[in-house]
Amino acid sequence: MRGDWTIPRPGRGALAVWQRNLRVWRKLLAPAAVMNFGEPTLYLLGLGFGLGAFIGTMSDLSYQTFLASGIIASSAMMTASFEATYSVFTRMGVQRTYDAMLATPLTLDDILAGEVLWCGTKALFSAAAILIVALLIGAVAGPQALFALPVAFLAGLAFAGPALIMSAVATNYDFFNYYFVLAVTPMLILSGVFYPVETLPEVMQSVVHLLPLTHAVALTRPLVAGLPLETPLLHLAVLGAYAGLGFYAAVVLIRRRLLV
Amino acid sequence: MSPVVSASRLHKRYRGFTAVDDVSFDIDGGRCFGFLGPNGAGKTTTLRMILGMTPMTDGRLSVFGLPMPAEGRAIRARIGVVPQADNLDPDFRVDENLEVHARYFGIPAAEARRRIPALLDFAALSERRGAKTDTLSGGMKRRLTIARALINQPELVMLDEPTTGLDPQARHVIWAKLAELKAKGTTLLLTTHYMEEAERLCDELVIMDRGRILDRGSPRELIGRHVEAEVIEIRGGDDGTFAAFAEARGCRLECQGNSLYCYSRDVAPLIEHLRQRPDVFYLHRPAGLEDVFLRLTGHELRD
Repeated sequence: MRGDWTIPRPGRGALAVWQRNLRVWRKLLAPAAVMNFGEPTLYLLGLGFGLGAFIGTMSDLSYQTFLASGIIASSAMMTASFEATYSVFTRMGVQRTYDAMLATPLTLDDILAGEVLWCGTKALFSAAAILIVALLIGAVAGPQALFALPVAFLAGLAFAGPALIMSAVATNYDFFNYYFVLAVTPMLILSGVFYPVETLPEVMQSVVHLLPLTHAVALTRPLVAGLPLETPLLHLAVLGAYAGLGFYAAVVLIRRRLLV
Repeated sequence: MSPVVSASRLHKRYRGFTAVDDVSFDIDGGRCFGFLGPNGAGKTTTLRMILGMTPMTDGRLSVFGLPMPAEGRAIRARIGVVPQADNLDPDFRVDENLEVHARYFGIPAAEARRRIPALLDFAALSERRGAKTDTLSGGMKRRLTIARALINQPELVMLDEPTTGLDPQARHVIWAKLAELKAKGTTLLLTTHYMEEAERLCDELVIMDRGRILDRGSPRELIGRHVEAEVIEIRGGDDGTFAAFAEARGCRLECQGNSLYCYSRDVAPLIEHLRQRPDVFYLHRPAGLEDVFLRLTGHELRD
């Protein structure tokens, strides 16, 4: 297939792109905080206490802990997915931010690496907010839960890859509906955020185990609940593969879109 | 001294369409070099190739003696770019736009803050330093874009239609700023389809159409080479008497819309004739680049 398939070689310029996004985020801190704290609080209080009263425990965990750990992982997915679709698409097209960047020493590899790092960072921020709320309602077992933050960062990178591919092929904002309805929402429902994956029919389980969110949840849950990790290397490898392959494919596709 | 930009046999082919077709040129330092041509002539594509934003299909390109695209980063570090469509960052204030852009060049924040006041002063935007960019007028945005292009103290500034869409006052301000830059020794490269702009600013220019260079030279040389010294333009046409009179005296006539253009080296008898014709509205002027341009690229509408 035509196109520049060279392995991406981002440099230090990626940090300048990351800093630019951080700077914009700091300006919009208030709405960001409402989003990061408000939503999970509603989930944890509403579903956690509401459903929790009926459920009691799930997989031997209090439902609040079960749900909080799931939501930490799913919010990493949501945050990174929104950032790498709607926000990236805006900067790439409508706002022409990439055009301005490409006229400087930055390369497209730098720009996209900066975006992916930023997706990971934003995922980490939102995970941290939920972790604080979870801590306040007593759903966190111990300091081991802090390791959920780097996991959220990695999950952010993993979800940024595929979402960036969507930005590369999107013709308008509505295109992202396909991705969210056909990929993101099914993951949210099926990947063990609200109930254990083991309750699904076996055929579905094998499909669900291919999805990145399942692995992000599988890492986050024992960390928040203070339990030993099961097959952590497998989960890390799956997230790493989504991040790496997704990024590579996105770079190739966006080169084809912008560097013409 | 070796040229700042040296392009040899550049080609850009898309599927079934050639945007740049065998284009070669050298741009010397400290000069203003122009690409003049109608829409779709290949001007912007050529600029993008010089920046490494569009890979060339064929040809060789060196900037500051460095090969493009191999040394793209190093080359772009020494260039300032004013794009055709404003791409200021709407999430930032005026001064933040400059600070953030400086980061892309790896300029430390303190150094950027040291450079910014002079740039804002140059762009006459010191008073608006805290304004959001979407509150600026078109002329202010363009001035800010020029200031932004200077943040890395470039040796070469590339401007893609720098005054398109601006009102006459704003346009004159931009021209004055560009002249100021040139006087400081900065090499300027600009594309335009405004003849007046090209005539005022460019020491040397190439006229492009359909991806090819039709001719090159200083504005004076081009005018001398392609058109007669003077033009009489008959607005609203005439009943044919003047046309016949002029043709008999060896003038070259051209029709454009409902105007008749008469090119001649000696217009005195024509003027004499027109004096007797109070019903005809005419304009007598020296020939300019526009006449060269229309002669070389034809009259039909583009796009």
